[in-house]
Amino acid sequence: MSSIPVLLIAVPFAAAVATFFLPVRVSRVLTVVSGALVFGLSLVLIPAVTTHTAISTGSLLRVDALSVVFLIATTFLYAATAVFAGGYLNLAQSPAGTRYGRRFYAGLNLFCWSMVAAPLVNGLALLWVAVEITTVVSALLVAIDDTDGASEASWKYVLIASLGLGIALLATIIMYYAGTTVFGSAYDLSYAQMLAGAVRFPPDVVRLAFVLAVLGFGTKMGLVPVHTWLPDAHSEAPTPVSALLSGALLAISFYAILRYFQIAVRTLGPTFPRNVLLIFGLASLLLAALYLLVQRDLKRLLAYSSVEHMGILAIGMSFGAPIAIVGVLLHVLAHAAAKGTAFFGAGSVVRKFGTKDMTRIRGGITALPWSGPMLVAAVLALSAMPPFGIFRSEFLIVSGGLSDPRDTVTAVLVILVTVAFFGLSWFTTQTMLTPAILPGSPEGAGMVTPTKGEVSPWIVVSMALGLAALVILGVHPPAQLNQLLHHAASELGVPR
Amino acid sequence: MHPAPSTYAGMADVAAVLVLLTEFAMLRAPTLRAQVRLYAFQSLVVTVLAVFIAATQHIGELYVLALLSFVLKVLIVPGLVLRLLRNAEVDLAGSSVLGVASMILIAIGVSAFGFFAVGSLHVHSTALPPTALAIAAAVVLVAFVLIILRSDVVSQAIGFFSLENGVSVASLVVAAGLPLVVEVAFLFDLLVAVVVFGVIMRVHHGRTKTLSTTELDRLKG
Repeated sequence: MSSIPVLLIAVPFAAAVATFFLPVRVSRVLTVVSGALVFGLSLVLIPAVTTHTAISTGSLLRVDALSVVFLIATTFLYAATAVFAGGYLNLAQSPAGTRYGRRFYAGLNLFCWSMVAAPLVNGLALLWVAVEITTVVSALLVAIDDTDGASEASWKYVLIASLGLGIALLATIIMYYAGTTVFGSAYDLSYAQMLAGAVRFPPDVVRLAFVLAVLGFGTKMGLVPVHTWLPDAHSEAPTPVSALLSGALLAISFYAILRYFQIAVRTLGPTFPRNVLLIFGLASLLLAALYLLVQRDLKRLLAYSSVEHMGILAIGMSFGAPIAIVGVLLHVLAHAAAKGTAFFGAGSVVRKFGTKDMTRIRGGITALPWSGPMLVAAVLALSAMPPFGIFRSEFLIVSGGLSDPRDTVTAVLVILVTVAFFGLSWFTTQTMLTPAILPGSPEGAGMVTPTKGEVSPWIVVSMALGLAALVILGVHPPAQLNQLLHHAASELGVPR
Repeated sequence: MHPAPSTYAGMADVAAVLVLLTEFAMLRAPTLRAQVRLYAFQSLVVTVLAVFIAATQHIGELYVLALLSFVLKVLIVPGLVLRLLRNAEVDLAGSSVLGVASMILIAIGVSAFGFFAVGSLHVHSTALPPTALAIAAAVVLVAFVLIILRSDVVSQAIGFFSLENGVSVASLVVAAGLPLVVEVAFLFDLLVAVVVFGVIMRVHHGRTKTLSTTELDRLKG
């Protein structure tokens, strides 16, 4: 059992090295295999972490229920994105096309490797290192298309995210200092030790470290007001990378915040950490809901929806009820599946119509008979419609808020989520469901009218995978998964 | 009456103040080359501080760290950026929104805020000089001023690297015992970040034929 974390780290890394040297058609398959393998391995971990407290491999790797939740979200999206990328990439049969394919697949695997490593490593310092690696690898992937937009987005992303992580590094060091008052001047920042000693840490220092950590990792998570890189990077990156950024990377940054949260509630009690998350969460939700009403760019629309959902996660954590925390963790899983599927659909539309501008796209559902309806379904799932997983998770969060009781915040949450629903569903349904305007008619100026037919069957398969996961999470989550979520929520709760 | 600070505390404070002053010098440096040289000097001060702490506190691991940080931050990073500048044939720093005087005034205000905010935490310990931590916080904030007000990619990247120097000072004074494996991982990360910054700066220069960031305003909303 303790060898599984090692395998989880080794497989994507080996895939990254191999895909750099192998021909692209082999890489395509290898990436899918690697993704499916690590997803399977993460599922195997579920029974072990729900019966034991944690599985450690050496002093560097440690897995508990909380990390497995984020592992499952990441590896599922890894596998689904690998399938999608096989259908999405349209490489020219030229040396340039081959070079792009190699860089793309090596980068994709390396990016997923770093995101798989983050929940596996044991300790705040190594966690920071893993998150920093996710930044630098994904910045290169954002820049890979070599357009004006991509180079602008990647510069903003690498600079703003690195600055955020500079703040997070300061948080790590200050948290280390808080520990020296208990453990002496030389120790490692491993979780079990930090959690055991946290009650005796100096509160002022932990308070500073926690706020800096929320601000620093929050930059990568896309919390307002430090979210500014996010819409640019999500809209300009190749679509498989957008899906991973939105569904997995933001969640991993949230995981880093949760690790600080665990320590902070032990030192400071629950009120202060919850209030910090509440402020950032409300700001994110408010701003994102308003921006969703005015977006015309399909991928930017989905990016702002990510900001909205990260806000919901932060607000959910600010509710004290255990049921809300279970909802937050389920939300991480459901958001990964829903946002992945939505971006896959957006990728299909972009490839078909050659534009992201929603005012120039009509009749998407006719042009794309399979991925079109599935994109609409994914957007409805993102707006928390039943029977999808996000409905269940937001329901849990809201009922947790009402039982806490934090009625005002819960009411604001529900109102803003409804506003976001309007923005999100209005534009996508207009784009997808309105019949195509005939070319040549006066209203048809500037419209794109492509031929009917799917871009690639693999895109359809990847979207079907995502929707299936969403329906399972929404209708009847497996008992073991429920157990895992409750176990992880109890790790996050306030110790008695 | 306060007791006189120990040699150790005094030395750490002096090094921290030197790092802060270099940060201010970067704010007013008119050419990019000067900025890179100031960064190399700042890194050298941090390295000397690491050697000094290693010697006085008898932490052998810090010598390794000092050596690595010397090679990386004094030689490799400035070398890479200078090579980029040679290829780009641009040397004047991007004009900032504000004049030098206003920039310095803002930086003084911001660094005073950082100094007193962290100082008011009353971080006490037998071994560490709390002033150095407060100064390190000021360095981080001034680095932000530099990044926000300068409008060219090299200044912004150097701003980020010098922010890392500020964090290094903080880590040396409050977390000198941090395990070597972690410190090396931090430095390795910096190296990777430098390479990636370099690649993206080259892409930017290749597309726009300038190092200025004023044209990066297409994506908004």
